[in-house]
Amino acid sequence: MKEIIEGKAYVVGDSIDTDQIIPAAHLVYSMTVPEERQMYGRYALSGLPESDQGLPEGGTPFTSEDSFVSEFKVVIAGGNFGCGSSREHAPFSMMVAGAEAVIAESYARIFYRNAVDGGFIVPFESRIRLVDEIRTGDELRLETGTGVLTNKTSGKEYLLNPLGDVADILAAGNVFEYARRAGLMD
Amino acid sequence: MGQTITQKILARNAGRERISPGENIWVDVDILMTHDVCGPPTFDIFEREFGENARVWDKDKLVIMPDHYIFTEDPHAMRNIELLRAFAAEHDLPHYFDVGTSRYKGVCHVALAEEGFNRPGNVLFGTDSHTCTSGAFGLFSTGVGNTDAALIMGTGKIWVKVPETMRFVFEGELPPYLMAKDLILSVIGDIGFEGGTYRTLEFDGQAVFDLSMEERMTLTNMAIEAGGKNGIIAPDEKTFEYVRARTDHAFDPLYSDTDAVYHSERVYDVSTMEPVVAKPHRPDNRATVSEVAGVKLDKAYIGSCTGGKYEDFLAAARILEGEEVRVDTYVVPASTEVSRQLRESTLNGKTLWQVFIDAGCKMGHASCGACLGGPIDTFGRSVGEEIVISTTNRNFPGRMGSKLASVYLASPLTVAASAIHGVITDPREVLV
Repeated sequence: MKEIIEGKAYVVGDSIDTDQIIPAAHLVYSMTVPEERQMYGRYALSGLPESDQGLPEGGTPFTSEDSFVSEFKVVIAGGNFGCGSSREHAPFSMMVAGAEAVIAESYARIFYRNAVDGGFIVPFESRIRLVDEIRTGDELRLETGTGVLTNKTSGKEYLLNPLGDVADILAAGNVFEYARRAGLMD
Repeated sequence: MGQTITQKILARNAGRERISPGENIWVDVDILMTHDVCGPPTFDIFEREFGENARVWDKDKLVIMPDHYIFTEDPHAMRNIELLRAFAAEHDLPHYFDVGTSRYKGVCHVALAEEGFNRPGNVLFGTDSHTCTSGAFGLFSTGVGNTDAALIMGTGKIWVKVPETMRFVFEGELPPYLMAKDLILSVIGDIGFEGGTYRTLEFDGQAVFDLSMEERMTLTNMAIEAGGKNGIIAPDEKTFEYVRARTDHAFDPLYSDTDAVYHSERVYDVSTMEPVVAKPHRPDNRATVSEVAGVKLDKAYIGSCTGGKYEDFLAAARILEGEEVRVDTYVVPASTEVSRQLRESTLNGKTLWQVFIDAGCKMGHASCGACLGGPIDTFGRSVGEEIVISTTNRNFPGRMGSKLASVYLASPLTVAASAIHGVITDPREVLV
C-alpha cells in the first residue's frame, strides 16, 4: 500500500453494483494474459448509465473509448459501493484501469473483502457524503496512514475512517502474505 | 449467554467453544464451490501462490459446476469451460460436472442441494454471491472472490469476521397466492439493500418450517440482496430427509441456543402479507403488486437459482395452463434435474414442459441464462429499453443485459399472471 495516493477524482453515486463496475459480458477475459487483462481496464465502470458517469455532470466515461487506462486515480462513491455479485473482477478492473483508492460512504462486504484480500485497491470509508463535496476531475491527495484526504482543487481537507482490521492485510500486500505471516502457508 | 446457529457452526470449524460477533477467526472449510466464470482465474491465483505442482487441499471437498456461460458461442466463454475441464483432469477431481455430458447439472446453487453437498452444520464457501442459498439447509455458506477461493483451495482455511444475526420470524399460514419470493422481497424492502450488510439473516417461525426445501432456498438465496453475509434456517426433519436421500455423508446439525443474542428481530404474520415486486433498479425498491398493476411489459422471464426450481415452474404452470402469454416469456430451468422434472411431471394430464409450450413460452437449457445478462447471444437477454418482469434476484441497471432495460422482480405466480395479460397483474386475479 502506497503512503500517498495522488490524482484525479471520479465521482459516482449510491449503490453502484458490480454489473456497473464490470458488466457480466466482459467476465470472459483472462485476468492474466496481458492483451486480455487490459480489457478489464477498458471496461472498468462501463456499466454506469451515461448520466451517472462522473458526477455531478455525468457523461464522462471512467476509461475513454480508445484507451485501456483511466485518467482517474481515486473513485469517490456514496453508500453500498460494490453490491451485487462476488466477482473479484470488479476491484480488479478498477486496479487495471489505474485507480489506486476508492472512498465510499459504505461498502457491500464481498467487494470490500475482495479489494483487500487481493490487494487490488485501497477501500476507505468517508465520514461524510463526499459525493456532494468533490467533483469529477478534482485533484486529490490521500495519506493512507493517517486517512487525511485533501482536495487540492477546492482546498478542503477531510478525515476518513481508519482502515481498522484490514490494515494488516493491506500492509502485508494481500491475504496470502497475511496467511504466511499467520503461519498458515509455507 | 447463548450463541446463534451461525456462531456455533463457525466456532466448531475454528476449534473454539464460543465466538463473538466482530471477531476475526480462521475456519476450516467443508466444501468449496466454483464455476466457469470464477474457476479459471481462481486456478491461476492458486498456481501463482502455491506453485505449479500445487495440490488441492482435499479433492472430495472441491465442487466445480459450470453454469454461467454455457449455451453461447462466445469463444472466451468456451475457453473457460476448457480450462475447468483441464484443471479437473489434472487434479483428478471427483466433483466436476462437465458441460456436454450426462454429468452436467446447471446452476450451482440448486445443484449443490440436488447432489447432496448442502449438509447441515457445515461451512461452505463459493465463488458466487448467491452461495448463501445453501444456508436453507442449516449450514454456514457465503460467497467469496477468486483470491479467497484460491487460498481455500491450497489450505482449506479462510478468515471470517463473525457476523451479528438479524432474526426474521414468519408466523401464520401462507395464502396460496404468496410464495417465499414475496416474503424475502418484503424483508429486503423493510431493511433496505444494505440493511443486512456484514450480518446473518436467520429465518425462523412456523411459516418458514411449513415451506418446502426449495422455497426455503428462495429465502436464503436473497440474503445477499440485503447485503447479508449469509442466510440460514435451522434444519428440521424435512431437511434431513432431503439430504439423506442425496448423500451418505455424515453431518452433525447445530441449532441456535434459546438464549442466543440477536442484533434485532422482526416478526411477520404471513397470512396478512401481499404479493410484492421490486421495482427497477434495486432489489429493495418494493411495491405491492396492486400498486404497480397495469404496468405494460415487453418480456417475462422464469428462471435462475432463486426462481427456476421445480416448484417455481409448478406455480407458474398452474396459471399458464390453458392460457396464452401476451409477451415473450422465457422459461429457463435452473438445473438439468429440474428440466427432467418438467418433462416428467404432469398437470391435468399434460407435462409441465408441454403446458409452457402450449402457452407460447420459449424454452431454454438449464443454466444461469439471462439472469445476469451474459454474452450477447444469451437466451432471454434483455435488449434496448424493454420492460421485463422476472423471477430472478437482481434488477440493477444492465443486470439482465441492456443497461437501458427496466426489470421488475416478482414471484413465479406474479410473473405468470403478468405474462398472460401483458401487464403487471396480481396473481389473485387469475388464481381460481
